[in-house]
Parts: sequence; structure tokens; C-alpha cells
Amino acid sequence: MAWAATVATLAAGVAALFLMIEDHHSNTRGADAPPTPVRNQFDESVGPVSALFAAPLRWAGDAGDYVRDYFNAVDENRRLKKQVAELQTYKEMAQRLQNINGRYEALLQLRTEPEAKMVTARVVADARGPFSHARLADAGSDAGIRIGNPVLSEHGVVGRVVGVSKTVSRVLLLTDVDSRTPVLVNASNARAILAGDGGDAPKLAYLRGHDPVKRGDVILTSGDGGLYPRGLPVGVADKDIFGQWRVRLYSDRSALDYVRIMLFTDFSQLVDEAALNNRSPPPISAAEKAQIDQAVAARIATPRPGSPEAAAADKAAADAGAAARPAPAPAVQKPAAPAPTSAAATHGPKVLHPSRTSPGHPVAVVPGPR
Amino acid sequence: MAAYQPLQPWSWLVVPTLVCLFGTVIVAAPARFLGLALPEPVFPMVLAFAWAVIRPSILGPFLLLVTGLFLDLFWHGVMGLWALSLILVYGVALLVRNLMVGQSVRVLWVWYGVFTTVAFIVAYLIVVARVHATPNLINTAWQATVTILLFPFARRLIEQFEDADIRFR
Repeated sequence: MAWAATVATLAAGVAALFLMIEDHHSNTRGADAPPTPVRNQFDESVGPVSALFAAPLRWAGDAGDYVRDYFNAVDENRRLKKQVAELQTYKEMAQRLQNINGRYEALLQLRTEPEAKMVTARVVADARGPFSHARLADAGSDAGIRIGNPVLSEHGVVGRVVGVSKTVSRVLLLTDVDSRTPVLVNASNARAILAGDGGDAPKLAYLRGHDPVKRGDVILTSGDGGLYPRGLPVGVADKDIFGQWRVRLYSDRSALDYVRIMLFTDFSQLVDEAALNNRSPPPISAAEKAQIDQAVAARIATPRPGSPEAAAADKAAADAGAAARPAPAPAVQKPAAPAPTSAAATHGPKVLHPSRTSPGHPVAVVPGPR
Repeated sequence: MAAYQPLQPWSWLVVPTLVCLFGTVIVAAPARFLGLALPEPVFPMVLAFAWAVIRPSILGPFLLLVTGLFLDLFWHGVMGLWALSLILVYGVALLVRNLMVGQSVRVLWVWYGVFTTVAFIVAYLIVVARVHATPNLINTAWQATVTILLFPFARRLIEQFEDADIRFR
């Protein structure tokens, strides 16, 4: 019995290892991974079940929030009044800047990004372990969601859609170990890559420049690579105890119960790869075809340089030229070259003094100025 | 006269598996209490340890394979990551089973903690090799700790079934 159990354990282990290697080769979980039927079908099946089981916990959490809000209402009210007064200034400023920005865009005829539609979805399952940070949202391809769509909460960017079935979508969070997001520092416009590591605050990698980021700087999506639109709020820069720059995410401020999925079409989705890979030439008209044929015929008729035909033609041309030239005049002895003048000595080749060269080497001669 | 009563697979294998999967789905709810998210332990670690202590089984490792694949798909992890880690724990626990049987609860808890730590180290190294990045150590230690705290469930499962098959006492 024991040996049979051992054999069964080995067989199961080999099967798990095989699946892992296969998964590694096909790369089915990364942000740029192709959609896989197994994962999509699993998400489609488990989504409603998760929603059913999550409902009581959601209600309990809502009830707790209700009680807490009831007792904190007065403090909350005071704080919000103060916040509204502060934000009023920013609102007026934003309206003014929006107006100016719109006029500039019109004057410069800028191609601005079109408005992207949003789909609101409820999160039904949440993986928070160190090796995977992903969520399941209850809206899928039926709502127009596609792989690669950015996902936002009411505070900021959450992640990207990496799997979609008819009724559910799988969202890879910014904090996942596989997540890499191009971002910029708003204050310095410095670029970086936001790299998740399974913790709450992802790292800022590949920062360039001298002191490009400071504590408290706002981090936005850069739009590089076309994965995200530019300027979506991500979080605030902060340093950890090891001196590594990290980003405290805006989306981490509250539980992700509802998310907004942006139906943003990135460059990779816009590109028609089949058209790009189509190597057949475009159709040509009859006149163009006649022109091409004529050019090809002329090219064939002209001998290539270096070929025997070209050599024979060159020889014939040279013989004909020699026959046509007059006889050369008798040779006249040239007078002796005049002695170099001071100017010629100045501008002629300079000879370095032997003492300035190494003893075993000849005297070096360097050309003088022209 | 029957010297022993054979274990029914559904009672010590299937039902605990379903309970673990149920627990996994429940704690995956996107809810926060007092601003804190629920911990996310690896419930099937209990099965991998307890099944090996109770008795050797042919069905056990394959159920662990299925359970581990469920975790990988449900958490959107690397396929086979938890399946391999659970089977590894089961296999090693099976090898040293004679050292563990009959020991006190504290000793068993230590063994369970050691196996869980080994499983997390293996999973960590697999992820490092795959994504060429180091997952957050604090978060890894937190998940391992809450998994180790599940030992009372393993103990209950062991106490319930360890005397059911006297051939392996």
C-alpha cells in the first residue's frame, strides 16, 4: 500500500511539473498573455459561485461600514466641509485650465485621444497572495470588454484585463508579480516602470536621471507603449526602508468592490497584424505594368559592369578613342624645381627635430598646414 | 470478525477537500473589516499534511493535484505551482510519517510548520525563476503564517481518522 501511494505521489508530482512547464512555455497568465480557453472557462464557471458566496461577507462589511459611518458622521461632516472649501479653488482652476487647454488644442490642431467608454463591474473574487494579485469582475465580452482594457477604481488605476469570457473578466492588478506598467512622475516628467512584487506598494524600476522623483510626487500612467492612456492617476511616490522607490496606490484606499473598466483601444489592439504581415504587393495598373516591363527590358539589355560583355564593349570603345586621338608631342625636359621659398618652407612638410623623437625610430614627418 | 474498518474515501478525502475549496472561495471575497482585508491562507495545506499522517493513499495525491490546480486557476497563479507544492508536502510527510505518528500535538504542529515553510520556499523559488523578480517577502511570510495557524483543523482531521485503519497505526 505504501509503495503504491509513493508511486501515485510521484505520478501526480510529474503531472504538476509537466503542467507548470507547459504553462511557462505558453505564458498564460502574464499581462500580454494570449487568452486561454481553460482559464476563461474556469473563470466563467467560478464567477457566479464566488459572487454567491461573497454576498454575505459583502453585506456584513457594508453593515459594519454603516455602523461606523453613523458614529463618525459629525467628524466626517466637518472634515468634508473643510475639504470642499479647499477643493473649490482647484475646481475653478481646473475649469480655467480646461478652457485654455481646449483653445490650445484647437489652435494647434492636436489629435487628442478620443473619449473612452466605461463599463462598471462588481468584483466577485480577490486573490491577495504573494504570488498572484488578481480579481474577477462580473462583466465580460458581452459588455464590450476586451483583453488589455485598463481597470480603474474611483481613486485610480487598478490594473488591466488579462482574461475575458462572456460574463466575467480577470483583472491583473498593478501589484501582481507579473505586472509591469509604464508610468511617469508628474513633477519631473521622468519615466519609470511600475513593477509589482505581490506587496501593497509596487516598485518604481528603471528610473533615469538625477533625483527624478521626490517623496510625495504624483505618479501617472505615461501612455508609453499604448497600454494605458496617458495621465491616469496611479499613486504617490514613497521610499521603503531599503531606499527603494515605491508607489502607494490610490486604488488601495478602499476595498475594490466596484471597478470601472475603460474600453480603451491600445495600439496593439488597433494594429491589424494580418495586414502588416501581408507580403503580397499592392495591385498595379496596366500603364504601371507597361512601365515596369520597359524598365526591366532596358535593364536586361544593358550589360552589367564587370561582365564579359561589358569588358568587350569597353575595349572596343577604348580602341575607337585611341584611333581618333592625334599623335603625342615630343617630350620636353622639365626645368629643375626651384628652391623652396620661405613660404613653401613654412607651409611644406615639417620635419621634427631628432631630439623630439625616440632614438631608435626614424624621424617623423608630419604634413604641414594646407 | 473484522479487525479494522476501512476508511471511506468520501469521508476523509472528498468532504475535507470540498470544505477547503469552500473556505478558499469564502476568504476570496473582496470585503474589508475595519479597513483590513481578510487573510488568504492555503487551506489545502491541511489536507496535504493530515492525509499523510493518517495513512498512505493512492487517491490522496491526485486529489491534491486537482485541489492545487483549482488554487492556481482561482488565484490566477502559475499553473501547477500549488499543485506541486502540496504534492511535495504530502510526499515528504509520507516519507517521515513514522517519525510523526504518535507524537504530541506540539511536535506535530512543528512538523506542520516546517512542511508549510518548505512548500512556500519552493513556491517562492518557482515564481522567482519564472518571472525573474522577487515576490514580497513580508507578504509571503504573512501568508505562510496564517497557513501554519490552520494546524488545529489538521489536528482535528488526524484525530478523527488516525485510528480508523489499524494497519497504519
